[in-house]
Formats: sequence, C-alpha cells, structure tokens
Amino acid sequence: MAASDAFVRFEKVQKSYDGEILVVKDLNLDIAKGEFLTMLGPSGSGKTTCLMMLAGFEPATNGDIYLDGTSINHVPPHKRGIGMVFQNYALFPHMSVAENLAFPLQVRNMGQAEIKEKVQRTLDMVELGAFGDRRPAQLSGGQQQRVAVARALVFEPDLILMDEPLGALDKQLREQMQYEIKHIHEQLGVTVVYVTHDQTEALTMSDRVAVFEDGVIQQLSTPQELYENPKNAFVAQFIGENNRLLGVVEKIKGNNCTVKLDDGTIIKADRVNVSSVGERSSLSLRPERIEIDPPKSMENHLTGVIRELIYLGDHIRVRMDVAGNDEFIVKVRNRADKRDLSEGQKVKIGWKSSDCKALDVR
Amino acid sequence: MKLTKLLASTLVGVSLLAGATVANAGEITVVSWGGAYTKSQVEAYHKPWMAATGNVIKSEDYNGGVAEIKAQVEAGNVSWDIVDVELSDAIRACDEGLLETIDASTLPAGADGTSAQDDFIEGTLHDCAVASIVWSTIFAYDKEKFPDAGPTTMADFFNVAKFPGKRGLRKGAKVNLEFALIADGVLAKDVYEVLATPEGVDRAFKKLDTIKGDVVWWEAGAQPPQLLADGEVSMTTAYNGRIFNAVAGEGKAFEIVWDGQVWDLDLWVIPKGTKNKELAMEFLKFSTATEQLAAQASYISYGPARKSSSSLVGKYHNKDIDMGPEMPTNPDNLKNAVQNNFNFWADNADQLNERFNAWLAG
Amino acid sequence: MRISIHFREPNHMTSTTLDQKDISDASADALIMVDGVPLKQKLAETTKKQRSRALLLTVPLVLFLVISFVIPIGQMLFRSVHNPAGSNVLPNFAIAIQDWDGKGYPSEAMFELFVKDMQNARKKREIGKTVGNLATRMNYTIPGTRSLFTSTSRKLSKVTEGPYKEALFKIDKKWENKVIWRNLKRVSRDYTIAFYLAALDHKFDDDGDIIAADKLYQIYVSNFFKTLKLSAIITFLCLLIAFPVSYLLSILPLRTSNLLMILVLLPFWTSLLVRTTAWIAILQTQGILNNILVSIGLVSDDGRIQMIYNQTGTIIAMVHILLPFMILPLFSVMKTIPPSYMRAARSMGATPFTAYRRVYFPLTLPGIAAGTLLVFILAIGYYITPALVGGEDGLLISNLIAYHIKSSLNWSLGAALGTILLVTVLVLYWVYNKLVGIDKLSFG
Repeated sequence: MAASDAFVRFEKVQKSYDGEILVVKDLNLDIAKGEFLTMLGPSGSGKTTCLMMLAGFEPATNGDIYLDGTSINHVPPHKRGIGMVFQNYALFPHMSVAENLAFPLQVRNMGQAEIKEKVQRTLDMVELGAFGDRRPAQLSGGQQQRVAVARALVFEPDLILMDEPLGALDKQLREQMQYEIKHIHEQLGVTVVYVTHDQTEALTMSDRVAVFEDGVIQQLSTPQELYENPKNAFVAQFIGENNRLLGVVEKIKGNNCTVKLDDGTIIKADRVNVSSVGERSSLSLRPERIEIDPPKSMENHLTGVIRELIYLGDHIRVRMDVAGNDEFIVKVRNRADKRDLSEGQKVKIGWKSSDCKALDVR
Repeated sequence: MKLTKLLASTLVGVSLLAGATVANAGEITVVSWGGAYTKSQVEAYHKPWMAATGNVIKSEDYNGGVAEIKAQVEAGNVSWDIVDVELSDAIRACDEGLLETIDASTLPAGADGTSAQDDFIEGTLHDCAVASIVWSTIFAYDKEKFPDAGPTTMADFFNVAKFPGKRGLRKGAKVNLEFALIADGVLAKDVYEVLATPEGVDRAFKKLDTIKGDVVWWEAGAQPPQLLADGEVSMTTAYNGRIFNAVAGEGKAFEIVWDGQVWDLDLWVIPKGTKNKELAMEFLKFSTATEQLAAQASYISYGPARKSSSSLVGKYHNKDIDMGPEMPTNPDNLKNAVQNNFNFWADNADQLNERFNAWLAG
Repeated sequence: MRISIHFREPNHMTSTTLDQKDISDASADALIMVDGVPLKQKLAETTKKQRSRALLLTVPLVLFLVISFVIPIGQMLFRSVHNPAGSNVLPNFAIAIQDWDGKGYPSEAMFELFVKDMQNARKKREIGKTVGNLATRMNYTIPGTRSLFTSTSRKLSKVTEGPYKEALFKIDKKWENKVIWRNLKRVSRDYTIAFYLAALDHKFDDDGDIIAADKLYQIYVSNFFKTLKLSAIITFLCLLIAFPVSYLLSILPLRTSNLLMILVLLPFWTSLLVRTTAWIAILQTQGILNNILVSIGLVSDDGRIQMIYNQTGTIIAMVHILLPFMILPLFSVMKTIPPSYMRAARSMGATPFTAYRRVYFPLTLPGIAAGTLLVFILAIGYYITPALVGGEDGLLISNLIAYHIKSSLNWSLGAALGTILLVTVLVLYWVYNKLVGIDKLSFG
C-alpha cells in the first residue's frame, strides 16, 4: 500500500507511560480507507494503547500518527472526528438513549429538527427506534451495545474505533453482534479499527488483523493468511489451535527444511523463520490437517498412542502421545465411514510438509 | 493453689480496706472553677481538711452557672456535694429551691472570738450560701505597650485615641455596663441608680459603642491574660487573681488598674438532696474559718470574706510579694469601686443580656 | 446515510421485557396457589416470619433512637409551649385568676389566694415550685420583677389576715401596677406561645396583643437569617474546595489517593477543640499567618488583618472542619464515574469544558446534593466553633440556644428556638427533596 493511500498511518510510533518500559515499540501501520482492521493481542500487548493514541486520549511518546494525510499528534480528541465504541459502552446514564445519540450532534451545533431526524434514523438502523426515551440502564446488554454503536455512527465519522466492544456480552450474543457490526461496516463503508483479544472475533470480522505482542506487531495480514501462514511461533500459537513439536533443524533447502525431533524422528516442514542448520525449531501443525492412517503421498508418517477421545458432534478430538508430546491433538471429522478409535490404541498419523511450519522457539 | 491463696488474701485485704473507708472516712465532691483558683483552694482547704479528718475530696472543675446544679437536683441524682458559685447564681438557685439552707449561726466564730455573723463582711452570708472570697473584675494592660505612661482610670480604658490598641471585654452585659458608666463619669456609688433607668442603659451602651470596633470578646477567665500575652489586646478586663498569677507566677509585665473595679463574691453552696450533706457542711465550716481563708490569700489575690482573716494575710506563698495591696478589698483599691448588685442583675440580666446580644450582632 | 439493516437476531429480547411487565401487572392478583390460597397471601405468610425476625434485630436501634432522640425532641417541643411555673407555684390562684376580666384589680378573694399560695410555696420550698421559679418566669414577661416576687415572698410571712390587697401594696408599691396582674393571669396558664413570640422577636403587650419587640432587643430573627447565610456560604466554599480535591482523589492511583484520603480524614481524628484552637493560633492578629504577611511586607505591623473572632474566622474554621463531609460523598460518587464517559464525550466532538459540563458534572450531582445537604445541616446547628472563634458577629443561632440552656436558664425560650431551628431544617429538607430528590443522594 502506498503511503498516500493510507487513511490512518502510524509512523515509528513509540509509547511509554513510566519512562522505563516501552509499551509500544516502533509501530508502523497503514490502514486503508474503508478497511476493517483488528488489533489483536493478549492484554498488555499495546493494542489498546495504540487505539487510545489514535483517538487522542494518550499522546505518542515518539513518532507520528496521520489521519487522512495530516499529522494529528497535536489535534485534541474532540477535533479528530473519530467515532468510538467503548468496552463498557460508556453510555451516559443521566441521558436517555435519544439524548445520548443527540449529544455528538448538539456539540456540533446542529439544528434541533435535523438532530431529531438523524437520531431517529440511526436508532431505526439498529432497530431500537422505539427505545429513544429509555435510559441506558433500562436496556439489555445487547441493546446497550447497539446504542453505543449507533452513537458512534450518528455523526457520520469516517473512522470508528472499537475497544473490545463485545467483551461484556455472553457468547451467543457476541457472535450475533459480530455479524451486525460487520454488516454495518459493509453498508456504510466506514473505516473501522477494532481492538480485541478474541482471535475468533478478529478472524470473523476483519479485512486485516494486526497481531500485537510485547508492543510490536508480530504479523499483519488477512485472517486466512494469519491462520495458514503464521510468521512466527507466537502467531501460530495465538491464532487457532496448534500442535507443537520441538526439534533441531537438520537441513535447509530453499523454503523447505527437515527437523530432527527430540526423540529422533525426522520431519519435513516448510521453513518459515529458521535460518540455519543446528538451530532449535518448533514445528506448528493444525490439528485438522493431521490424518489418521494417512495416504502414502503425505511426506510425514509417525505413530501415536491415543490417550483421550472427546466426542464433539461434528468432529472427535483425539488427544494422543506423539514424539514425546502427550498434548498432541488430532481432529477427526465425524464421517459415516470413520474407523473405530479407542483409548490406548496405537495409530498411524501423517501430514503434508506444507502443513507443517518450522518456526522459531520461544 | 498458690494463686487461690493469693486471690483470697487480696480479696480479704480489699474488703477490709473498703470497710475501713466506709467506717472511718467519707468522700465528697467539691466543685470549683479550676486553674489557679482551684489550686489555691486545694492548698488552703482541701489538703488540711483531708489531713485533719481523714476524709477524701474529689475535686471537679466547672465553668460557673446554675445549669448543672439545676439538672442534678431536678433529676434527683446529686453528685456534686459542695459548689463554688457566683453571688447572683447562689441567690437564684436558692430562690428556686435548688440549694440546702445554711444556718449562719452554726459557722465557727472568728479567730478573735467575733461571732460569724459579725466577722463575715456585710452581704457575704446568705440563706443558702457562705462566701469565701471577694474577687474583682478590673482592667489590666501590658506595660510594654505603654512604656511611658499607662492608663490609670476607667475612662482611659475607653479612650482608644490616647491609648491605642485592642480591648478585651467579657462577652456579656454584666460589669461592662458598669464600666461604661464609670468611664462616662458616673460615680461608682451611683452606677446602679443610673443603670436602673432606661436612659442610663442607653448611656452605657452608647459608651460601649465608642470602642465596639476595637473589642476582642472573651468568655473564660483564663482568656484575658492569654490575650495580653499574645499581644492580641493592649488592655483587657479580667479577674484580678488571674492577672496577679500571670504576673507573680509567670513574670508577665501586666499592670492592674483598680479604678472602677466591680467586686463580687464567690460562695459555697450545697445542692439540695446531696447524700453527703453533713460532710459537705463540715467542709464548708472548716474552709471558711479565719485561718483557711487567710491561707488561701497566699495563693491567689482574692480577698477573704472574713474581717478577722485580713490581718493574717501575708505574702505570696513562694515569692516575696505582699498580698495585701493585691486584694480587691485593700482600701487603696476600693477608692472608686462598685460592688456587684446581685438584685439589679437578678431583675435585669435577662433583658440586658438580650439587648447586649442584639447590640453585639448589630 | 440511508440504509436499513435487518438483524437476524430474534426480537425476543426487546419484546419480552415488555411482555413480562404486562403479565405481572395484569394477572398477579388472580394467581392462586395449588392449595387455593392466593399467591400474595401465601407469599406474605412465608415472608412474615423472616420479616419479624429482621424486625427483632432493629429493636436495640429503635429503643436507642426513642430514648436518645424521640423523647428528648418531644420534650423540647413540649417545653417550648408548656411552662407551668404559674400553676405550680400558685395552684389555687392560677385557677381563680382566670375568672378575672382584666379590668381594674382582681378580687380580694383572688388576692387572698395569691398570698396564701405564695406563703405555701415559700414554706414547702419544693423543687420547681418555689417563688423563685415563678419570679424567673415573670421576669421573662416583665423584666425587673424577679426581686419583687422574691422579696415580697420573704415579707409575706408576717401577713396573716386581710385585707390582702392592701397588705401587698404596703409591702411594695409595684403591686399596684395592673400590668403585673394582667401578666400574672397569662403566666398562670400552663400553655403559652410567649416563648415562640420571643424567639421571633415579638411579645405580648400589656393588653395581650402581639407586637414586635423593641428594635434594640431584636436578635433572633436576624440571627436565624445570619445563620442561614453563613451556612450557605460555608457550604458553598466547602463545595468549591472539595470538588477539585475529590476529583483529584478519584483519578489518582489507589495508593496515592489512599494517602491523600488519610490527610483528608486526619482532621476527624483530632479533637474539635484542638483544631479550633489551632486556627486561633494561626489566624489571630499576632498569629502565624499575620506574622508571615508582616515579615514578607504584605501588611504593615500596625495593619495586621483581623481574621478571627469575626465571621471570617467562623467561616474559615468551619469550612475546614466540615470539608471532609463534602469530600467523602463527592469522592465516592466521582470514584464510580468511569473515565470512559469523558473520553466518549470528547470522541464525539465535545470540548473538555462541554464534556465536563454536560457529562461529568451532572453525574456528580448526587454527591454534590448529599455533600451540600450534609454540610449545610451540620453548619446550621454548629455550636462550639462559632463560640470559640466567632467573636461578636460570628455567633450562630445554636450559640444563642446554648446561651439560654446553659447561662440564662430560659429553657423554654431555648426549646422554642431549637424547635424553630428543627422546623427550618425540615422545611429546607423538604424543599431540597422537591428540587433534587432525596433518593438521588449518594452519601457514599
């Protein structure tokens, strides 16, 4: 993406609260107009701090943040024109729902009639048209959430920030809301920067995901890329389920390599971020890419002992002991022709070398 | 075993002791004004009496007034056996039946053999009260404030132009109105005659008006010497004994002006219904005997109520200061002096204090 | 923007809340239990035992309140209108005199009863029923009559036969004054509003009509207003100082704010007298503050500022003493306001001031309401501090009440003043409730 395309741009941004620890280390990030970008990471990884810097509530210690081509380092939050949805919604409890929505319009000195019309239209959009007179406390969690979204949208900002907006909802409602937010994004074409620690949420909603760890973006790519081609062990482990086998790099050949596991087994894998022979490596394997009784065409063949079977309806989780790792998970699809498995049974397993990523060890 | 023995013997000892107290000696509660004044009573009355009779005195302080006596007597739970009160309070409490009557003929004769009725200064014996001392309200000034020539008359006290500085006055109508009239040229002996007329009252308040802006009001007897010492006022009205003790005891450079002094009595009264009436009466007789009254005068400069005590008054207890000239009753000090007219104040205190309060607030 | 989005979410959430309400409203009365007892009755039965046990737990508190609060206040109310000195001291005369029409003198029979009653009272010297009690009561009505009663009582022992009227006039010519007898008739009634009149700077004139007291003696009404004014000033200053402090406390990290909170509460652990005395040491003309001002040349040695023993002193000392009562409710309310509200407001385009005015400030109102009410009511009844540092013009109504309870012993007037103060506070409370709503208060 060329610099001029970037709608939001972090350039060499660093942030420290106490003068000793950098919570954001040299952040460079471009966000395109209309993009849904998620900042994903464990708590303390710096993702919320980035959002707060973008919103203007925290100053960047170093570097620049650009919005639509101009640096906003010295623009106070209320002049940035950014909509924001807060973790606990931050709906004003002393105002009715309609008053909450009217607030951003009133501070913009909009006419009374226009305000009324916009508030009603936005409330209708989130299907809360009849709830304008209620106080936020009289609404359910999901309704409050929608009011919060509506309030961030009502003044038609080009950029909306969302700080773990679904964290307070139960699982079912959360999934429901994910779709709703996604739909709003698609309908309005606004740019959304979304912060969450929930990887499912990130994968479901985002155009691109920035995985944060320790103040650094570990990987910035589409959800699919993130899942299929993690760039390092952290991303591999953080996104989706993942089996880990430890060994030493024996041979490197282009993008392929062989790794000798600690029990002596030799595994063929994709080389991702190991660079030299003799280096320790962790192999990352998605549980659904492993086959029991594998076809000959698969490059890697091992034997495992089944320790536990968990029936999950659409698939069966098989925990087995493979090459000294007894937390090795294999997902077996629940097919009509499935073979019988039992605990303690020895089975042959295998996978393609392209499904096995040789990553760093951390 | 050993412990039980010890306990038993202790119990026996305690019960013996308690029995002894009941059998041989009683305890009475003597209530007075505290500070240097109570100390003088303890030295001159309490200690000798306890030594002579084996009885015990519990000394309590109060701030004057009949309120507590009234409360105790009306509740039928009298814990104060003998109380040192001002004359007007003694008369009022007696009129309201709150006090035991005291037959003056049972008081001991003077050391020179004069009967009590003749030995006590006129007006110091009452139906329910026996005076112990004569005290006075005078005004005093800080010699350092007026190094050349200090004030000498009551008129000087009211002359702020000639003797600049703040004035301390007791918050209340009593004594202040007398002072004002004397300062305005009324002779001491005519003060109450003038004050009995509405014009006289107006005249007194008019005189007070002239210094109203320069007054610091005090309420407790300990305050005036403190106000002088702090430099808050250049002169103040005060109880003569308090000023004397600040000079004799603490070496302050204060000077008393006796002109226009208003002297009054402190009297012993016995609240009605005390369980220790006999013992209280015994103490009253002992403490108002010639020698005790004279002895008290060596601790504080208040004049004894008995004529026969005057000749025995000597020096301050631990310094070479003749007490005679310090007494309110000393002829030199009585040249232009007023005796507080309890009847006048009994009739007019309510009204004049009301007016005084209104005047203060206005 | 013109779009419509259809949610797949079933609408149960929005509709059930309404439906449930409708159902409960409409059909609760009709619900019958399986054993045929209506639901409400059944519920009452089952909770009755629980409730009576809970009630039992409050018995000590209720008893305590009755003994220490209800009874004394009831007594105060009673005493402010009930003063039986007349009928106590002169039981027979008090009844007889009521037949007198107030013209001329009472009848000889009434005079006889008066003398007999007076002699009796002197002989019996019963507590609360002595001539002195009557004299005190009469002196409130006609100043200067106390000694007339007490001295007459002493001389009356010699009067054994009539005509009693002449005998009295012989003892003291003042008895010829008809005003005394007219007032005596009024004093002989046990119930009177005279003390309320006095407390409102009014009195009965000689004909029994209500008139304003002489201007020179008017003090209470103006003092009530002064007390209200000073309390309002003190409350306002407390709010002014406490608001930023509480705000700071609420946003600081817990450890720092705890430390600061201890500093705020420190005054609570120091004796009130010590604190007030400390203010005297600081504020008096030769005190620390004036010394500093003189030493830095801000004021001359002769021009030291009078900061104590006046209203200024009262205000300073009381603001200091009452400050924690403002800070605590404010702090507890501010603590619960998440910083995200302000951020939300600013993200929506509000300037810091607008965000503060429209969002933060309204949310602190319950704390402000509680704090101001608390401080105002405490200030209006404050007594010791104005007594010590108030000087001549810093005295509040409670000081006058204390004066009548402790010094002048005019308890009835003290009670009347106290009752008026109580009613004033209740009225203010009621107005406040109308304006703010007590249920909105938050004391933390």
